[in-house]
Parts: sequence; C-alpha cells; structure tokens
Amino acid sequence: MLRGGRRAVYRHPLAVRVWHWINALCLLVLLVSGLQIFNAHPALYWGKASTFGKPWLALGTGDAPAFPPWITLPPWQDLAGGRHWHFFFAWIFAVNGGLYVLYAIAGRRVRRVLLPTRAELASLGRSLADHLRLRFPRGEAAREYNPLQKLAYLAVIFGLLPLMLASGLTMSPGLDARFHFLTVLFGGRQSARTVHFLTAWTIVAFFLIHMLAVLAAGPLNEMRAIITGWFVIGRKGET
Amino acid sequence: MSGPLASRRRWLQRALAAAGTLTLGACERLANSERVSSALDAEETWTRRAQRWLLGRAALAPEYSERDISQDPRSNGTSDPDTDAYNALAQGGFAAWRLAVGGLVERPLRLSLEDLRGMPARTQITRHDCVEGWSYIAKWTGTPLAAVLARAGLAARARYIVFYCADTLEITLDGTGQYYESIDLVDALHPQTILAYAMNDHPLPIPYGAPLRLRLERQLGYKMAKYIMAIEAVESFKGISRGSGGFWEDRGYEWYAGI
Repeated sequence: MLRGGRRAVYRHPLAVRVWHWINALCLLVLLVSGLQIFNAHPALYWGKASTFGKPWLALGTGDAPAFPPWITLPPWQDLAGGRHWHFFFAWIFAVNGGLYVLYAIAGRRVRRVLLPTRAELASLGRSLADHLRLRFPRGEAAREYNPLQKLAYLAVIFGLLPLMLASGLTMSPGLDARFHFLTVLFGGRQSARTVHFLTAWTIVAFFLIHMLAVLAAGPLNEMRAIITGWFVIGRKGET
Repeated sequence: MSGPLASRRRWLQRALAAAGTLTLGACERLANSERVSSALDAEETWTRRAQRWLLGRAALAPEYSERDISQDPRSNGTSDPDTDAYNALAQGGFAAWRLAVGGLVERPLRLSLEDLRGMPARTQITRHDCVEGWSYIAKWTGTPLAAVLARAGLAARARYIVFYCADTLEITLDGTGQYYESIDLVDALHPQTILAYAMNDHPLPIPYGAPLRLRLERQLGYKMAKYIMAIEAVESFKGISRGSGGFWEDRGYEWYAGI
C-alpha cells in the first residue's frame, strides 16, 4: 500500500515485458528497412505477377525515392543493406513472437488476461465511447485491461503480426516451393506483397493509437509498468 | 510571436533537430560499421539452413498455366552485352557460340545450341521474382543442368557450379564487373534447374539472356545468370572475382537468395 490509498499492482510479468521491448525494436527496424526495400520498386500490384503498365499503387516520381533516405535503413539507397537488416530482425521478430504465443497460450494468459468476457463484450459500445473521449478506467477497474484494449491487443498479436510474417514469407520463392497454399491464400505473390505493405501501415496506425492511449492514461505510470512491471492504481476517482 | 512561448518553440525545434541528427548519425554509423554488417550477415545462414531443411532437394517451385504468362515481362541487369564478340555471335544467330563446360569434370565439353537442343529438354511455366520485389510469369525451355553435368562427369571434389557471362554490368579496372554466378550441387541437380534457350516458345531474346540463361526457380532473379559463356565446376568460389560467389554477392547481396 502506497500513500493516499494508492496501491502498486504487478501488471506485466517479465516475459511479457521482454517480449514487448524486443518486439518494439524489431518492428521499428523492420519498418525502416522495409521502406528501404520498397524504394527499390515503389509500385504495388494485385495477383500472381506484376502488371507493370497499370500498378495498383505507384509512389515516387522521377529520381526521388518513394520514401526519403532519412526514414529508411540504411539512411541512403542500399537494397542489399536493407535486406540484411530486414531479414535479421525478421528472424528475431518471428522467434520472439513464437515464444510469446507459446507462453501466452501455455500460461493461460490469453484466457485470463486477453480474452474479453461476455459481459465486457456487451459493454463494448460504452468502452469505445469512453476511449474516444480519452476517458480511461481508474482505480480498481484499471487493474485489468479494458475490453477495447483486450480486443486491440488480440487483433495485433493474433492478427496483424502473424499476417505480417505470413505475407512476408509468402514472397519467398524458396518457401513457395513448399508452402504454395500460402501464395494461393493471398491470391498471388504480388497480392502478398501489397498486403505486407498495407499491414505494415496498419501496425503503424496501431502504434500511434497505442501511444495516444499511453499519453492519455498516464505516461509515467504506463512506462513504469511496461519496464518494471509495477502499475500504480488509486482509489476510485483517482489515478 | 515573441516572448517565452516563441523561445520555447525555438528551443523545441532545435532539440528535435538535434535529436533527429543524432538518431540519423547513429543509424549511419551502425549501417556503416563492418562489425554490424558482418553480424547481420548471419540472417543469410539462418535462412539458407531453414529453407534447405524445409525444402530438401526435391520440392518443386509452382508451375503455372499458359494463361498466366505475363504479357509485359521485364528484363533486369544487362539488356544487351553489346561487345564486339557478343554482337558477332548474335548476328550469326549464335551458331558459332559454344558453351564451355570445365573445371572439376572428367570430360570437358564444348556444346553448341544444336547440341543442347538435341539433349533431353524440360519446359516449365514459372514465376520470376526480382530482388526488387516485382514478378513476371514466363515459359522456359532448356536442358536440365543435371544432364549437362552428367555428360561432363562431375569430379568428387566439385561442390559448386560457376556460370561465366558475356555481360559486364559495371566497368572496373580489374574486370570484376563481369557478371557471374554460382550455385551449389543441391540446386544444380534440382529437376527445375535448366539452361534455358527458349522463352515463351521463341529463341531466348537478347534482353532475357540469349543464347542461354540459367533458370533456378527456388531463388531470386539475380541468381539466374544470363548470356552464359562457360560453366565451371569448382571446390570453392573464394578465388573467383571478389570471392563472394556472384556479381551481386560481391556487392553485398546474399549468396543464398531464397527470400
């Protein structure tokens, strides 16, 4: 018990914190090295092959790269270098993510912490309205993730991140020889590449909302929680 | 605007610019560091081992149907070697061209296009994936490399097959701008690895590597050497050109290009 009736709760176990920060670093490197790779051919298509005459989306005109060098890794035009960064961190991302999923399922974390209850799902509308007004649960209610937060984390962990990995692997001509069903599932290699690009930006959008939520819910408390594990909750009506 | 607010804004702008410069500087130093780049090279080994384990020797790249063939394929790298020697060969319809097969083989060969066309042939409609991200689908006909190597008789010491090409992609003083590639025996003996002399039922066009190019369907486009003049079986490619096993490999790209 802290002063003024505030209490510290152990919110994030070590495994979750380690996974979170390795994952954050991987996603950052994967994004900027991915933009480097994209710059090598800044056009997207749907289907099995490229329709050079009519791309679905073409970025960058003339000599200027689609994404400026300062936002790419390496911060100059270097496809070979970008690929080394991308695949090195893709391996770490995949292993780290796989271990987390094992931990989350075997440790029953998915059911205890991430899956919303029936009652929570019923009150989803109110949770959404509260979020839009940047009002977050305080006191005891802040001890657990709120329903919208649960759904967002579930969607990212079991939706967007695996989709990123699968669409990336689908572009591999090697793996295509063994797992061609993935290519079929995505509707062709060029579709997988487009999905890879769009999913990356969806993850960027999640990151921005994630940051907004941290800022609105108390950045110091949230940062302490994801670094040390300890989250301070107050009495009802307090932070 | 003046006063404390403006000066605070100026301060903030400077702080952001400084942070940006520092971050970019750190990224530049990291990306330029020899130790970092050699650590990052590990990804190629991980990918090669994982793919070799998953694919084995036999897994076939998907083959497509006639109606999937791209109407607007694209060539990359050299579109015409344009040397006197190559132009002379091209003008003669490559009748005077010979493929030299040598190195660690029992019977060195010199094969004409007629010789290759007289050997068993394989036709496959496959997808060509460029390292830049684009793809096209085309129909390739050629002689399985395994058949050529069987005819030459590989020595027991041979571990890699090197392809020497007629095109120079970069002008250098020491000649290391000449295109070449290398593959190991797992890929060399794969049933879809062919020396293609025809594309979409026509003789291989010059932009796509006439008279002969490699098709290596489980890897990226830069592995598939065009304008092949000679094939050499070697124990190691360390002594060839800049030593990394290919033109693009010498310039930082992965030797195993399965992703």
